[in-house]
Amino acid sequence: MATTTMRRTPAGRRATGAPAPGVGARSPYPYWFYLPAAVIYGLLFIVPTLTAFYFSLTRWTIFDAQFIGLDNYVTFFREPALVSGLTHTLVYAVVTSGAKVVLGMLLALLLTSRIVGRGYLRSVVFFPVLVSTIGVGLTFTVLMNPDQGLINDALAVTGIDGPAWLTDPRYALLSVALVDVWKGVGLATVIFIAGIVSIPREYFEAAKVDGAGAWDTFRRIVLPLSRPATVTVILLSLIGGLRSFDLIWAMTRGGPGFTSDVIASVIYKQYQAGFYGLSTAGNVVLFLVVTAIVVPLSRLLNRKEVDL
Amino acid sequence: MRFRPLILLAVTGLALSACSAGSLGSSDDEGGGKVALSFLVDNSEDAARIGEQLARDFTAANPDITVKVETRPQGAEGDNLIKTRLSTGDMTDVFQYNSGSLFQALAPQKNLVSLDDQPWVGHLDDNFRTTVSTGGRTYGAPWGGFIAGAIMYNKAVYARLGLQVPKTWAAFMANNARIKAAGIAPVIQTYQDTWTSQLFVLGDFHNVTAAEPDFPARYTRNQARYATSPAALKGFRHLQEVHDAGYLNKDFASAKFDDGLKKLARGEGAHYPMLSSAVSTIVANYPQQAGDIGLFAIPSDDAARNGLTVWSPAGVYIPTSTAGAKLDAARKFLAFIASPAGCASTGTASTPVGPYAVKGCRLPADVTQVAKDTQQYLDRPGGSSLALEFLSPIKGPALEQITVEVGSGIRPAADGAALYDQDVRKQAQQLGLEGW
Repeated sequence: MATTTMRRTPAGRRATGAPAPGVGARSPYPYWFYLPAAVIYGLLFIVPTLTAFYFSLTRWTIFDAQFIGLDNYVTFFREPALVSGLTHTLVYAVVTSGAKVVLGMLLALLLTSRIVGRGYLRSVVFFPVLVSTIGVGLTFTVLMNPDQGLINDALAVTGIDGPAWLTDPRYALLSVALVDVWKGVGLATVIFIAGIVSIPREYFEAAKVDGAGAWDTFRRIVLPLSRPATVTVILLSLIGGLRSFDLIWAMTRGGPGFTSDVIASVIYKQYQAGFYGLSTAGNVVLFLVVTAIVVPLSRLLNRKEVDL
Repeated sequence: MRFRPLILLAVTGLALSACSAGSLGSSDDEGGGKVALSFLVDNSEDAARIGEQLARDFTAANPDITVKVETRPQGAEGDNLIKTRLSTGDMTDVFQYNSGSLFQALAPQKNLVSLDDQPWVGHLDDNFRTTVSTGGRTYGAPWGGFIAGAIMYNKAVYARLGLQVPKTWAAFMANNARIKAAGIAPVIQTYQDTWTSQLFVLGDFHNVTAAEPDFPARYTRNQARYATSPAALKGFRHLQEVHDAGYLNKDFASAKFDDGLKKLARGEGAHYPMLSSAVSTIVANYPQQAGDIGLFAIPSDDAARNGLTVWSPAGVYIPTSTAGAKLDAARKFLAFIASPAGCASTGTASTPVGPYAVKGCRLPADVTQVAKDTQQYLDRPGGSSLALEFLSPIKGPALEQITVEVGSGIRPAADGAALYDQDVRKQAQQLGLEGW
């Protein structure tokens, strides 16, 4: 699905996009027809966004707000946890996104081949996506307990002394990233499957006639022709990684100490502490950071697709 | 077609009404002149027991009023919930919450009902009364008795190894060396429940004021800091020292509060820096071992000035959203809590560990060893002080993460203290204090 929509973007924009200003008269609907959506959009999106920008400039206790200019932004950027949080966020996003692309592609290759029980295996790989993130987080917290956890017990049988997954500051963030990959790789796989399946069979047959091996087929045909799927997976998982919060909060609460804090958990802790203005300022910053990373990336990836 | 305007109306109405949360969570009045109060307490085992017992005993004395106990999370999550419910007017009729600096952060003048017109306010202990008062008005009834923040220790382990209760840090570390040699974890820490990591810092406060008596006032005015005050920095240093010396239980990073109590009761660990109220959970879960648990103040450099840091009881408050018959009932409930009958009710539910904050309330004769050890410090002039959070409105919210880092060897003590000073600064600015 994703591949077809991605590839046909230019055509799709013409067909379904909003009419240009001045051609509104040709709209099939009367204006009042837009009203419910407009009211909902205004109340739930525009008003909160504007008030958020305002409150990010105040010292806000919920009970009252005092205008303090850009002080919150100054405090937020001075926050020592912010720098480490930013690094952790980038590491987390890149690691999970990269692993999902590689593993998703490998699994998709496997699951588009002629193997027994293909339909069943495809759904099994997707199951973790359907499970609640908090549930997954709590389950893995138990499994990853260094002394009583199943994972280290299993490793002990093979003679390996497993690490303290979530409580060792060196591994905590990567352990959560590992669980994130397990949970999210199903979605990446499904997108890749769609991408691979939509490649016309003729290419493979032609390649076979020319004597191409398995590696050549993958490198010259599957990889370039499933680029739209790759772009989708990279963008989705990168955005997901940048704003990741629920899994980290369920598993480590940013701990031990601040060693697995990401931007979102730094912001949440300010909110918990009652620094509402400060945390709102943090959210504005997060919004800008995600935009600054994703918009150029999306442009870059989509341009290459056109060049293809 | 003719349904369209209707749908439009309905959708618009829905969108608009979604903005007001006023009608949520109201509890019902029962018929026949009966009043039902809702009462929010924290979700610790102890608090739930006390809440239920108070509700039962109060209804027995006042059959027209029933009290329904609800629970909330502890720690930062609970703080957030209380503030949000207060600001949206959605608070229960009566609620239990910390006294001291956390109480100050609730904007009591705006959100709580002042209780100065109540006759029982005059019977409150003055130390407690200041911790639930602001702007010359009192807002809370005491939830249980005074609590010590100290080192709870296993007396059986001490007797077996022939150890003496230490008054100086050097003596404490010497004891730890002998305990470790005997194959027992000298100091229990449970950093999975991050709040339990703060005691070496917060519980050291008597020793800080003994060395620098003006610290609280100067700290509130932004003139004294943890990183630059030699006495205040000691707490962070101690935390690092016990970790660096390898005196912690092996699973300190993944253990929880309940694990800590279990280790202490079973003698798998010798010391647990903790609030003394924890002993009531030991009494409930390990009744045979409860007699082995004693308490001593966190050791200081100077044995002559060593003393105990004391926590004022939490308060029970009425939010301004409670009105009419419920307000009268809520006032009656608070009067009950702050009476000798209320103290007795609390005492049945949870083993008392320190004196009650109401004049006329007495501890039962068969108190625990922890309560006896506490009393010795309280009886000695200059032997105890209230914790900093009751003398200054500022407590930084990130202390528990910082102490976990210092106590796990992730961050050096001086660095942690400096980081905490920055955290304190944010809280002071949020409270709008002078000089920040």
